[in-house]
Amino acid sequence: MGAQGGRRPREGCELFEHGADVGVRGWGPDRARAFARAALALTAVVTDPARVRPLAPVVIHCEAPDDELLLVDWLNALIWHMATLNMLFSRFDVRIEDHRLSATVWGERVDPERHRPAVEPKAATMTELAVRREADGRWVAQCVVDV
Amino acid sequence: MDPRQFERIDATTWRFPAQGRMRVPAVIHATEPLLREMDDKVLEQLCNVATLPGIVEAAYAMPDAHWGYGFPIGGVAAFDPDEGGVVSAGGVGFDISCGVRTHLTGLDRKTVERIRDRLADELFRTVPAGLGRRGRIRLTDRQMDAMLAGGAAWAVSQGWGEPEDLERIEEHGCMKGAEPDAVSRRAGERQREEMGTLGSGNHYLEVQVVDRVCDPETAGAFGLREGEVVVTVHCGSRGLGHQIGTDYLREMALAAARHGIELPDRELACAPIRSELGRRYLGAMRAGINCALANRQIVAHLAREVFRRFFPGIRLPLLYDVSHNTCKEEVHEVQGRRRRLFVHRKGATRAFPPGHPDIPEPLRPWGQPVLIGGSMGTGSWVLAGTKPDGERAFASAVHGAGRAISRAEAVKTFRGERIVQELRERGITVRSVSMRGVAEEAPQAYKDVDAVVEAAERAGLARRVAHLRPMIVIKG
Repeated sequence: MGAQGGRRPREGCELFEHGADVGVRGWGPDRARAFARAALALTAVVTDPARVRPLAPVVIHCEAPDDELLLVDWLNALIWHMATLNMLFSRFDVRIEDHRLSATVWGERVDPERHRPAVEPKAATMTELAVRREADGRWVAQCVVDV
Repeated sequence: MDPRQFERIDATTWRFPAQGRMRVPAVIHATEPLLREMDDKVLEQLCNVATLPGIVEAAYAMPDAHWGYGFPIGGVAAFDPDEGGVVSAGGVGFDISCGVRTHLTGLDRKTVERIRDRLADELFRTVPAGLGRRGRIRLTDRQMDAMLAGGAAWAVSQGWGEPEDLERIEEHGCMKGAEPDAVSRRAGERQREEMGTLGSGNHYLEVQVVDRVCDPETAGAFGLREGEVVVTVHCGSRGLGHQIGTDYLREMALAAARHGIELPDRELACAPIRSELGRRYLGAMRAGINCALANRQIVAHLAREVFRRFFPGIRLPLLYDVSHNTCKEEVHEVQGRRRRLFVHRKGATRAFPPGHPDIPEPLRPWGQPVLIGGSMGTGSWVLAGTKPDGERAFASAVHGAGRAISRAEAVKTFRGERIVQELRERGITVRSVSMRGVAEEAPQAYKDVDAVVEAAERAGLARRVAHLRPMIVIKG
């Protein structure tokens, strides 16, 4: 996860507060790294990502008309794979060209005893949705997740 | 929220006049203290809803309203198809037809007290709860379509329940107009192993005792007797509903401009009721409602089977099953004229008044049961629909306590193990796979549900019938 206070590292992620739910935010030197870090924050909504072993790869592709919808599609694709494969992910290799994303993500099957999952993400939403380049050149990708 | 920005109509009705692109005013039903506590975002979101085409009368918020996605949670809005009205995937939300149902056991508290821990263990073992715990039910494509078309009626036909359960479920357990073909393959795949599962977050199965009766006549008609035990389930349409919401929210957001709709917030994604997309969403959303009705039916029947292991032959009749995330086609009188409207209730419960034809006959003289979930420490409420001086907010009422602090703050503030211990000392057994999940759902993380239902009663939305205190809490 990211730094608590002080100068932020070049790359990281955090959860932010939203009423009944929770927001995910990732940042990095480019869009792809910011998206990868937002994905790690999504795992952190469920469990400590350090508990998730990157054992099995899954390939994900998405395409959207703009950066923001691409982030929502990316996180929703992860949620769909988490639900249908009963997996959690902890390593994300993301490539983005224009508004097309290809990724290989690594994770393992949910083990309720070991992962102790807190909540199940229902969907990435368009609330507090933003993909932007900050003044210092870092990319930030964030939205609220319905849990 | 500052009450001074409203026109105060009466003690619990606050009106914000239409301005800018708003087509109707925003109206919040709440006591002054609850209004002051409310997030400013509720009014902002309500004003956005008031700009949508074909909205009728007002955009309403209930006393438990809080910041949601596009619509506030605790929001009610009705649209007229004859006036270009819309249906909104954002206005229904991701957990389509999330709701509550309560079964009567006829057992007294002491009888259940004697087996409390063993009963909790059996319920926790039998009803899959939380991420990663799957049900034993696997649906083929054909079974999936039958479930999406048939709802709880399908579940009963498969052996999960009793035929008489169906009369006590909204729409008699089967939402008409469902179109399984409008549900994506992705959504179906997400549901394949999730039938009969509770989910996580604020969803629960509780064994509760009726510890206070406010309206003895209505409570008697509902079968609620002080000191007796009931079983309540709170869950929704699981992965299928979440995926329908995800699919259509995106499609509606991208199609809004084509339909001539300017969205103040993309999350308010909607389409005209009389458009191909609007009709398709309604078909999918109704299939989502059937999935939720079937899911609650199965979960409750699994609980019933557990009770039968301890009390052979026990029936556990259903008091009622009611949803709080829906869009329903209903007839309402607006300024003396009866109109067919599409009523969105997002975190709001339908609350038909006494005599309404859609209430099961034995309950009809008393008003529709309105089941309100509180926190696991404070308890829940049974209310009844009412109409003291005309219908309010299209016959809608509150749905729960609403959060007081965020999940992140709750995890920082509370420890799950400590909460479980404290509740145990108060006679409440908690079974959950996740102590972090318990901390996120700590009783102190929720607003005072008693204040919320009192406000609902004062506002004429529903009247209090009985208070339920948990004995066993099963959470994901």
